[in-house]
Amino acid sequence: MTATDHVDLSVQSGEFHGLIGPNGAGKTTLIHQLSGALPTDSGKILFDGHDITRASLHQRVHLGMARSYQITSVFADVTVVHNLALAVLARRGSSLSFWRPLAREVALFEEARTLAQQVGLRGRENTVAGELAHGEQRQLEVGLALATRARLLLLDEPMAGLGPEDSQRMVALIAGLRGAITLLLVEHDMDAVFRLADRISVLDSGRIIATGTPEAIRSNAGVKRAYLGELSA
Amino acid sequence: MRVTAMRNVIAIAAVALLVAFPLAARHWQQLFYVSFASRILIYALAASSLNLILGYGGMVSFGHAAFLGTGAYTVAMLMAQGLSSAWASWPLAVVVSALFALVIGAVSLRTRGVYFIMITLAFAQMIYYVFVSLRSYGGEDGLNLTARSGLGFGLDLASDITFYYVVLAMVVACLYLMQRLLDARFGQVIQGIRDNEMRMEALGFATYRYKLICFSLAGGAAGLAGALLANQNGFVSPNLLQWTQSGTLMVMVILGGVGYVYGGVLGAGVFLVLEEVLSAYTEHWQLALGLALLAIVLYARGGIAGLLSRPTRGGEPGG
Repeated sequence: MTATDHVDLSVQSGEFHGLIGPNGAGKTTLIHQLSGALPTDSGKILFDGHDITRASLHQRVHLGMARSYQITSVFADVTVVHNLALAVLARRGSSLSFWRPLAREVALFEEARTLAQQVGLRGRENTVAGELAHGEQRQLEVGLALATRARLLLLDEPMAGLGPEDSQRMVALIAGLRGAITLLLVEHDMDAVFRLADRISVLDSGRIIATGTPEAIRSNAGVKRAYLGELSA
Repeated sequence: MRVTAMRNVIAIAAVALLVAFPLAARHWQQLFYVSFASRILIYALAASSLNLILGYGGMVSFGHAAFLGTGAYTVAMLMAQGLSSAWASWPLAVVVSALFALVIGAVSLRTRGVYFIMITLAFAQMIYYVFVSLRSYGGEDGLNLTARSGLGFGLDLASDITFYYVVLAMVVACLYLMQRLLDARFGQVIQGIRDNEMRMEALGFATYRYKLICFSLAGGAAGLAGALLANQNGFVSPNLLQWTQSGTLMVMVILGGVGYVYGGVLGAGVFLVLEEVLSAYTEHWQLALGLALLAIVLYARGGIAGLLSRPTRGGEPGG
């Protein structure tokens, strides 16, 4: 099966790039391929000029590319800071330490706490992740990706399942990252994408059918057809 | 913090009781039980090493007896060659078993789920047949140890009480190390991988490498248990590596508590005591064991350790 086909997508350094498309267009598959969770049969993925097509998921993270998940994928049994501390740990190289309790690694938890606050989880640091509200779990999800300090973040529907209020908070959170990172944002929430993105690409049936500024995409005839009027409002 | 303190108090009390045990046994002239307790402790170590990969690493290995048997055979074969010092043969048993685990793990860990269970079983059976085919070391009949390993310092392991104390020291040290490891970075990463391997990859962890190291460490610990078991029995045979032996270790872990630090200890204790007591009455003692296992799996996933530790997770006692 071919879920993505001749995708030609380039994300400029520093830009916020939106990726939209109807259900089943292949957005998540593309994220899987870009992040290294799924193999790429043909074609090339370049990052910073390097060919990373064959690099594994964890290698790509160390090269500076991290992702979040559409279906929340946090460590449900441990606290918010513990989640983030694990993420910080991953960035700090070797974890072949067998003696010193992790809980005593102050610097690690300090950074984890800062991250928790950055994603709006102040006061929830010591809550077990599984007991967080859905919106808070989505914030933690983004926090885990942020903790990698990747230069390129692939956010897979960060607003998935969020109510209007939580969505607002998430948009503000993401907007706050501008300048610090490059972003590829897959999102169903059109308002959010059009507010956040510098450029938008439209994926339909595994192909990129258009790339341009939000204004250009809004008025693109092909895009309108693909969405059958979803964007006409 | 309170739970940790509680755990330490219980552990220290348990060790104190175990230290006093041979004195009581000697007083009531029941020295048989000292040897029996050594056996329990050795299996406690073997089961704990399996718990490290099964309970904390999420790797359901069905071939753990291979490492137990490899450790036992290393000691027996070295002794047959005239090397009987515990200081040489026991560390070698650990190293050889850990290396076997490294090789087996390197292949097996590329698979998941039921394939992992089957491939570890297959490797263990291969090693089983290797030892069956070693005619010069007894083949199917096994091999007698001429004596217990030599320890020096005026300590004679031929004494069951001395041997018991050496075993106790080894097991306590290993469990302490395991506890440290689990709380440290390595153990936390391993548990993260158990809970959500894909996410650990996405955070940048080379999960395969961590799992392989964990698998190898557990193999080494099982090898030490094997070295002790060879001394305990004064005999090794391929039966030590049979797949039923792997099953026994797994039953011990499930009975005691998968993913609980003392799960292996409790499981080995309850299993062997049940065997000892019930087999006096009936040949079919495993029927009772089966029922106990069924009850645990259906109603108490955390095993005995899970049942025991629940109260400490609640509030203050009586308040």
